[in-house]
Amino acid sequence: MSPDRLAVRKTYKLYVNGAFPRSESGRTYEVADAKGAFLANAAWASRKDARDAVVAARGAFAKWSGATAYNRGQVLYRVAEVMEGRHAQFCEEVAAGEGLSSSRARAAVDAAIDRWVWYAGWTDKLGALLGGANPVAGPYFDFSLPEPTGVVAVLAPQRSSLLGLVSVLAPVLTGGNTAVVVTSRARPLPAVTLGEVLATSDVPAGVANLLTGDAAEIGPWLAEHDDVDAIDLTGAPADRAMELERLAAGSIKRVVRPPAEEPDWSADPGLTRLTPFLETKTVWHPIGL
Amino acid sequence: MTHVLDPRAPAAAIPPRREPPAPYRDVTRSDAAFRAFLHGLPGVDQVGAEARVGVLGTRSIKTTAKAWAIDTAISMVDLTTLEGADTPGKVRSLAAKARRPDPGDPTTPQVAAVCVYGDLAGVAREALAGTGIHVAAVATAFPSGRASREVKLADVRDAVANGADEIDMVIDRGAFLSGRHLDVFDEIVAVKQACGDAHLKVILETGELVTLDNVRRASWLAMLAGGDFIKTSTGKVSPAATLPVCLVMMEAVRDFRAATGRQVGVKPAGGIRTTKDAVKHLVLVNEVAGPDWLSPDWFRFGASSLLNDLLLQRQKLRTGHYSGPDHVSVD
Repeated sequence: MSPDRLAVRKTYKLYVNGAFPRSESGRTYEVADAKGAFLANAAWASRKDARDAVVAARGAFAKWSGATAYNRGQVLYRVAEVMEGRHAQFCEEVAAGEGLSSSRARAAVDAAIDRWVWYAGWTDKLGALLGGANPVAGPYFDFSLPEPTGVVAVLAPQRSSLLGLVSVLAPVLTGGNTAVVVTSRARPLPAVTLGEVLATSDVPAGVANLLTGDAAEIGPWLAEHDDVDAIDLTGAPADRAMELERLAAGSIKRVVRPPAEEPDWSADPGLTRLTPFLETKTVWHPIGL
Repeated sequence: MTHVLDPRAPAAAIPPRREPPAPYRDVTRSDAAFRAFLHGLPGVDQVGAEARVGVLGTRSIKTTAKAWAIDTAISMVDLTTLEGADTPGKVRSLAAKARRPDPGDPTTPQVAAVCVYGDLAGVAREALAGTGIHVAAVATAFPSGRASREVKLADVRDAVANGADEIDMVIDRGAFLSGRHLDVFDEIVAVKQACGDAHLKVILETGELVTLDNVRRASWLAMLAGGDFIKTSTGKVSPAATLPVCLVMMEAVRDFRAATGRQVGVKPAGGIRTTKDAVKHLVLVNEVAGPDWLSPDWFRFGASSLLNDLLLQRQKLRTGHYSGPDHVSVD
């Protein structure tokens, strides 16, 4: 950049219902890099933004859960494609936010993109692995099918701003759920860019909603919300997790408890993050002649 | 000659024109005089009206005021179903919802009325017996109003006979827009007569009137002819109830009462879906016409999905957390 060019100061917005609104509260906060230097302003989501995001996610649920597994896989793969095109930008943001060397940042971004591809492959295989025909003692066909839980609130990891985020968001979408994600508070920029990727990669509006802000502030509202079917507390503040779980019990939500320590997200996730957001439906069908 | 169902009807159906209330007794003496009067009403500054509702819309209504507004709005709802696919069963379930909008909370107020097509008014009347909830029926060839006067009057008489105590009529927009104001006036007078004791709401269908000036003229016309309520829209035409239109109508009823002493109600209908919209309307009522109109006797919301949003907001206030569409009935 030539010294006489004015810097373009950025104030990012939320990603809700396929659009990029400002926070309803009008609040923003400053995002600093790992060394404390100013990077950009991010929108500071309020409880009403969370409410709007839940409405959007509920509205998008029928279409996304009703899409064929094959189609969902294609869409998720498309996310990986579009992310690949933004590779350099993601590397820069991850390196700045997490204070990583450029090679380690690149490894994290590669792993995040690969994770979308990995989950994209899972969409049409879950039925065979988690469901199937059950042997029963009677003249019936008996099938079990995994079905999405519904609207899932996700408190994304606080430290791993991209790989961690993708590792909690992608499995939710893979099963056919829709998501309301509260991103890392201190490191939200890769999530903002991911929102721009999702907006341009065939993911229907409302399926994934990204709120930059404070999980401790919005978390309780999402945990108590009657129209949220499950909550992933991975990024919840350690001392608030129990309280959030108790709030979630009021509407009998599925709860994924936070790990004691933020895990190594580069490890193979297996199905551990897919199955909590799937319900098993079993159908009995009489055998005719 | 237009087609007439009853060949003896024309002879009997030309009574002397009913006079509007003082001081406007002479404005209907001829078409020209009436047009001169309506076009002599002060013009509406559209930009100013939009700015005014914009400012009023930013009022922050919170906590106890919000709780009051939600309960007031619920008690003002005309719970409406006007579909070709309506059945007696659907009307009965709507009536059940009108009596007890939120079965989980008996402190929730009842709605003001149930609004149906005339042939189902009897079903609604039976289902609402003894509750004090009114039965409103749309009539006069709703929603287009394109039928001969005899058919329209027969429609009204039929709805009243079926048990409707409020009639929502549509004006002949074609006649109004082409300047035949007295035709519209006479028709409202005739419908009012056919209503008997039933309240008459006059639907202006503001979405087809094009300008706010026309909304003001139609409002005055309907009030002079004896309408008990003026109503924005059928809900079948977009745009339906907008805040600027409601502003003009609130001004009209305010000015009409100041001039004649008779109070007329207002009913915005169609397009009001959220609690926020409803609260904005209540602010407008209070600021433009005054608190006298803040009662179900003088202000109604014609709506179906609005009620569910009001109930969700009410549940949020009561429980302290957000509710969801699984906690209200599907209509």
